[in-house]
Amino acid sequence: MAQYRRSTEKPILSVRDLVVKFKLRGKTLTAIRNISLDVYKGESLAIVGESGSGKSVFTKTFMGLLDNNGWIDNGEILFGGYDLAKFKNEKEWTKVRGKRIAMVFQDPMTSLNPLKTVGKQIQEAILLHSNISKAGAKQQAIKLLTDVGIDDAERRYKQYPHEFSGGMRQRVVIAIAIACNPEILICDEPTTALDVTIQAQILDLIKALQKKFELTVIYITHDLGVVADVANRIAVMYAGDIVELGMCEEVFFDPKHPYTWALLSSLPQLGIKGEDLYTIKGTPPNLYQTIKGDAFAPRNPQALEVDFVARPPYFEVTPTHKAKTWLLDPRAPKVEPPEYIRRLREQGVTFNG
Amino acid sequence: MAEQKKTKDVLLSLRDVEVSFGSRRKKFVAVNGVSFDIYKGETFGLVGESGSGKTTIGRAVIRINPTSRGDIIFEGKKINGKISKELDHEVIQKIQMIFQDPMASLNERAKVDYIISEGLCNIRKDISEEERSKLVAEAMANVGLLPEFANRFPHEFSGGQRQRIGIARSLIMKPKLIIADEPISALDVSIRAQVLNLLSDLQKKYDLTYLFIAHDLSVMRFICDRIAVIHKGNIVEMAETEKLFAHPLHPYTQALLSAIPMPNPVLAKQRKLKVYDPKCHDYSVDKPVWTEIEAGHFILGNQKELVEYRKELTKEPIK
Repeated sequence: MAQYRRSTEKPILSVRDLVVKFKLRGKTLTAIRNISLDVYKGESLAIVGESGSGKSVFTKTFMGLLDNNGWIDNGEILFGGYDLAKFKNEKEWTKVRGKRIAMVFQDPMTSLNPLKTVGKQIQEAILLHSNISKAGAKQQAIKLLTDVGIDDAERRYKQYPHEFSGGMRQRVVIAIAIACNPEILICDEPTTALDVTIQAQILDLIKALQKKFELTVIYITHDLGVVADVANRIAVMYAGDIVELGMCEEVFFDPKHPYTWALLSSLPQLGIKGEDLYTIKGTPPNLYQTIKGDAFAPRNPQALEVDFVARPPYFEVTPTHKAKTWLLDPRAPKVEPPEYIRRLREQGVTFNG
Repeated sequence: MAEQKKTKDVLLSLRDVEVSFGSRRKKFVAVNGVSFDIYKGETFGLVGESGSGKTTIGRAVIRINPTSRGDIIFEGKKINGKISKELDHEVIQKIQMIFQDPMASLNERAKVDYIISEGLCNIRKDISEEERSKLVAEAMANVGLLPEFANRFPHEFSGGQRQRIGIARSLIMKPKLIIADEPISALDVSIRAQVLNLLSDLQKKYDLTYLFIAHDLSVMRFICDRIAVIHKGNIVEMAETEKLFAHPLHPYTQALLSAIPMPNPVLAKQRKLKVYDPKCHDYSVDKPVWTEIEAGHFILGNQKELVEYRKELTKEPIK
């Protein structure tokens, strides 16, 4: 995946200094704290973070799906010549949502309409966005069902969601999402509600579709284990900010931010039997209050003094890898990553060498 | 090995258990003649896909789903079918369950204090208020919940904390066996580690036995002593964890293993996904038998397959 040359390529989607706020019970909550991010054509980017880190809210702003009590306070989202942050009404959004940016939601049990056949639901998306006859839309829907790996599509077209298993339903949801040939596909925890075996199949399907339709895919997940296989780049989110961004290998084998260390270390796959698993102490910060310094500092046993005072800027590790931690400042003391990370890194070194 | 087994006490034993749903004309067999033993103090894992019947087995053990055939024996007493009221109470007290979804399994309209002690009050109607609140406080401390949480409602807690409430309410019964039905599937990865650690701490402290039900083998490897793989109501392979991971023999076990997400981009990209097709077995003439292929490693296969499996066993273990 070395062909991604960031500096020369023009991003397909560019987020600048985005701030998103919510009004909740009379108080204001800052869910996204000043994020800038470029997404490049054809890549697959994974946004990883705990629940409440703002990863879903962040991507929902690309589709105008924020709840009514939320608004974009600052920043711009540049896509296809538009600034999505300026969009006001549904009419403007219809030009982009579903047509050029589409989304696959987490739970296939709730994101389909139980009263309509799956065929109708796919057809609906096609008819809304293109001037095609009903019969043509049907043909296209059947083709889409075949594309997402559903056998006997003609018969399945007439069936209702309850006649499909969880994995098959998620395939239908994906078919709806890609129905209008979107440029960007956002997958919000596409496999969390599914079994491991089905999970692997769905990820393989998204990968295959990405290649076939030249999609740009943004994955949202809380499980780093899932994205190792599918992502080119990984953005680690914590408390409404991207704390580390890098190529997949860089984030796994050479993570720099203590939060990334903690996330990786707590994966059960890396545990050793008989020993306690690594856990992250404490809870994520309260976003009702202004966060001072590094948001992760209170939970970081090795936090520096400066972490509690000043918010770290991005420090560049390589042209494709940057992290927001004072540890990368030349003046910082040397802090060794935990045991688990070193073990992972050794695996990476044997690969690269 | 055989000697070692004799010294271990069997806590729970399932003998040819069948659970079916529906009437006789439209019978659906969810669990088809399953037999296994769980020893005292161990963690026994039951792994399979949705619809494989793993949860049904757990529910049959705590008498939620009636069995249609076979025996479930707990501490030497048969506990399925018709049993006396005293034994029923004993089973309720000694076998407890932790449910999958902490959002759905707690009574939204009751305070934590009530949720935790409800089961206790049901079997000990004469309990004094003083003792009750003492036991609740103890159970909450055990799972790492602060005492002031007792007066809150479930919606005020995060997923991980709710799961702790679920663990506390089973712990207060002083159970021998806890059936943990996918206790971490609905939780964030970072919270999973906390709950798993808590479960293993409690096991050491109270000498608990776990029946751990999950669909994800990667977690099982970390927590279980022995694992049984179940497919469509049949156990297809059962072994000690390390033996199973060293020589996964049954194609279904291999398919499950190949699907484990790997937190390593290099290995993950090399991974080959295996899909299990039950048609790969030819059981028309040569019927499959449940065989102990090496000490403590059982597998379902016919004679032809067993020959293959034995060959497989002589190979280098998989790391």
